[in-house]
Amino acid sequence: MSNPAQLVDFPLRRPGQPYPPKQYADFRSREGLVWSHMPTGAKVWLVTKYDDVRAVLTDPRISSSPRHEGFPSVGRTGGVPNPDQVPGWFVALDPPDHDRFRKALIPEFTVRRIREMRPSIQEVVDHRIDGLLAAGSEADLVHDFTSAVPSLVISALLGVPHVDRDFFEARIRLLVTMSSTHDQRDQATREILRYLSRLILVKQKRPGDDLISVMLASGTMSLQEISGAAMLLLIAGQETTANNMALGMVTLLLNPQWIGDERAVEELLRYYSVADMVALRVAVEDVEIGGQLIKAGEGIVPLVAAANHDSGVFERAGDFDPSRSARHHVAFGYGVHQCLGQHLVRAELDIAYRTLFERIPKLELAVPVEELAFKYDGVVFGLDSLPVRW
Amino acid sequence: MRVVANPRGCIGAGQCVITAPNVFDQDEDGIVVVIEERPGDADLADVRDALDLCPSQSLALTN
Repeated sequence: MSNPAQLVDFPLRRPGQPYPPKQYADFRSREGLVWSHMPTGAKVWLVTKYDDVRAVLTDPRISSSPRHEGFPSVGRTGGVPNPDQVPGWFVALDPPDHDRFRKALIPEFTVRRIREMRPSIQEVVDHRIDGLLAAGSEADLVHDFTSAVPSLVISALLGVPHVDRDFFEARIRLLVTMSSTHDQRDQATREILRYLSRLILVKQKRPGDDLISVMLASGTMSLQEISGAAMLLLIAGQETTANNMALGMVTLLLNPQWIGDERAVEELLRYYSVADMVALRVAVEDVEIGGQLIKAGEGIVPLVAAANHDSGVFERAGDFDPSRSARHHVAFGYGVHQCLGQHLVRAELDIAYRTLFERIPKLELAVPVEELAFKYDGVVFGLDSLPVRW
Repeated sequence: MRVVANPRGCIGAGQCVITAPNVFDQDEDGIVVVIEERPGDADLADVRDALDLCPSQSLALTN
């Protein structure tokens, strides 16, 4: 068993690094795990090797619940909502509490259901591109396309009126920005929940075929839990998909030989792993991971981007190469919390890339790639804007 | 080789369905269903991939 190495500060992504931090390779080459300082001052174990990350995410002695002492937070002012603060925030629950939510929602996210949704996603994408083409020959793809598409799709799925997109986006931005204050987070959370509770009352009287109505009909969740779960789906469905879509656009513009190749989507998910530090954990019993003893009450951050760039598992992991088989990446996590919406994300990315480059073949970056505004302050990595022209 | 799934452990991630579609499906509740218990050699490689990819480790191969 190795002794803890020197403390490193975290997060590590710095301006000029659109790809996972170079230090991850150094961490993976060390024995055991890396003992790190978070912005809140707390110390946590960083897990960077592929096998270790999968071990953390499947070990029943390791919890997803911020109710446990020692649970880490990546933001400077706190991280994921506590299920006591936001009932229904099921990513922060352990089995068996977690299972009730997952069970109610899985039928709406099966491979078959998402396949059935493809025409409606295609319609959203086509409509947005009509708008781009009508507006001229340049655009900010983040605002006009890569944020809009996932937002329209998840709003429709949940039954949230899309006219309120700006209301949600402003508040979600505060929740996914590491430097937001406690007050900003709390207020944004309260306002989103208040909006959703009112919407749920309407849907109780007039149910539709949307996810909120499905949760109501399941009879297994309280009204407060439905609001919280809807808030979680809204944020998760938008933020990760939008950022992956935007980063992927840049990579495909720089590597046009892969445009239209269906394997590009899986490789882009691996390559960027935008939700690098989203899967936070705490040990509830002493447990050994990768030869390192983690004591009960110590926080753990399994870094999925580090795992997905483990050269022992993905050859030349730093290269974007869709010809490899990237299916076993952990960009969607692993274990019981693996992303519920993963097939929806794949469908959205596939349809968006395919259609955009087909309909606007002259698309190109309007600024050099070095000048793009990357989200170094985001809980999820991505782009703030993506100026293009055609 | 026989494919065995544990529906009680299944979390409906659907990795098996997209990896070995000749062998696995999801029921109305999203839970794994084995549609070909004794797959031929051609499908066995996909099944082994599905075993590795299953995030809830609910799949197994037995003799």
